[in-house]
Amino acid sequence: MKTDDLIAMLASDPAPVARGAPSKRLALGLLAGAVLAALAMQLTLGVRPDIAQAILQPGFWGKLIFPALLAGAGFVTLALLARPGMRARAGEVAMLLLVAGLWAMAVSAWAGAAPPDRAAMVWGTTWRACTLNIVLLSVPVFAATVLALRQLAPTRLAEAGACAGALSGAAGAAIYAFHCPETGLPFMAVWYVAAIALVAGLGAVLGRRLLRW
Amino acid sequence: MPRTNEAGSSVAADAETRLRALFLRGLAGEEAAYRAVLQALAAHLRAYLRRRLFGWPDDVEDLVQDCLLAMHNKRHTYQSDQPLTAWVHAIARYKVIDLLRAKSGREGLHDPLDDDLAVFAESSTEAGDARRDLAGLLETLPERQRLPIVHVKLQGLSVTEAAARLNMSESAVKVGIHRGLKALARRVGVLS
Repeated sequence: MKTDDLIAMLASDPAPVARGAPSKRLALGLLAGAVLAALAMQLTLGVRPDIAQAILQPGFWGKLIFPALLAGAGFVTLALLARPGMRARAGEVAMLLLVAGLWAMAVSAWAGAAPPDRAAMVWGTTWRACTLNIVLLSVPVFAATVLALRQLAPTRLAEAGACAGALSGAAGAAIYAFHCPETGLPFMAVWYVAAIALVAGLGAVLGRRLLRW
Repeated sequence: MPRTNEAGSSVAADAETRLRALFLRGLAGEEAAYRAVLQALAAHLRAYLRRRLFGWPDDVEDLVQDCLLAMHNKRHTYQSDQPLTAWVHAIARYKVIDLLRAKSGREGLHDPLDDDLAVFAESSTEAGDARRDLAGLLETLPERQRLPIVHVKLQGLSVTEAAARLNMSESAVKVGIHRGLKALARRVGVLS
């Protein structure tokens, strides 16, 4: 087929394109994944029994707000990475700054504690389950996000995959916060961030394969 | 040479303004504008790719077609306040890297491309021969995708007419076209 024939074929009766469709698709994907993850969380782990008291504590809100902010920044960044020729550097920097801010607060809490208490602030009692559960809860979010991304056109596949991973990990962490009995900032700075980084790394590797178009 | 660069960049700036306006009208569903912008983009891409694929002149026309098909299928990802140059350049760059990676394995991984967005600086309307037979590829699509494309896109029937002739619903015709062009782009990607 000649190029002119291809053009004639593509140009005949072109369907009008809706504006803002890419962000909507991503948002729907994220929402669907998050609902699935929340259901999975409720059916397997369950919301912590003392939730009524927990919502009065700042520790609970920290565990919810940090991942929620990170997921928000991740979403904005991903919506840019999903379109050819858009720059997403500011969003990536915002995500790193959020992590850096959490670390700064965690280090100051750790340094202000009595030395015998410090180890417990980092290790808590549930670090294995916490990391594993966040990674598992991020799976439905990641799958739904990747499905939505495949409808779009990311041109930096590893970067987009990593961002989708970070977004999914953060969403998983925000959902897990409703179960998580830990209270320390250092615990969150280490294990929440480790789980999110792990999903981001997996996302970078998978993105190269799954996001090709 | 500064003079050539200046001339080149003002040509590119004019092209940006003109093509962006046409492209936006094309996105709104205006057929003539969309055809004109695709033709101009094909000419720009041809010149751009010829310079970057000097080692593989035979691949240029195939890649022009790849890029056109990709731009059509992904046209909803263009944001109306974004320079069209940046969008087109990013797609062309992605397709070139994809091709080089497929061709030379590890060699393709180091990035041989500039970032200067010069895609509109020159254009060439002399189409080379595509080596790949898109018409042949079209034949490999399932009927429910191929026939809507043939009737609406190649023979110029309206969606309503094609639906009546094919005994399909109008939305099935539209879905068939949409999925068929996507499948075509995928098959093109597998071959190159």
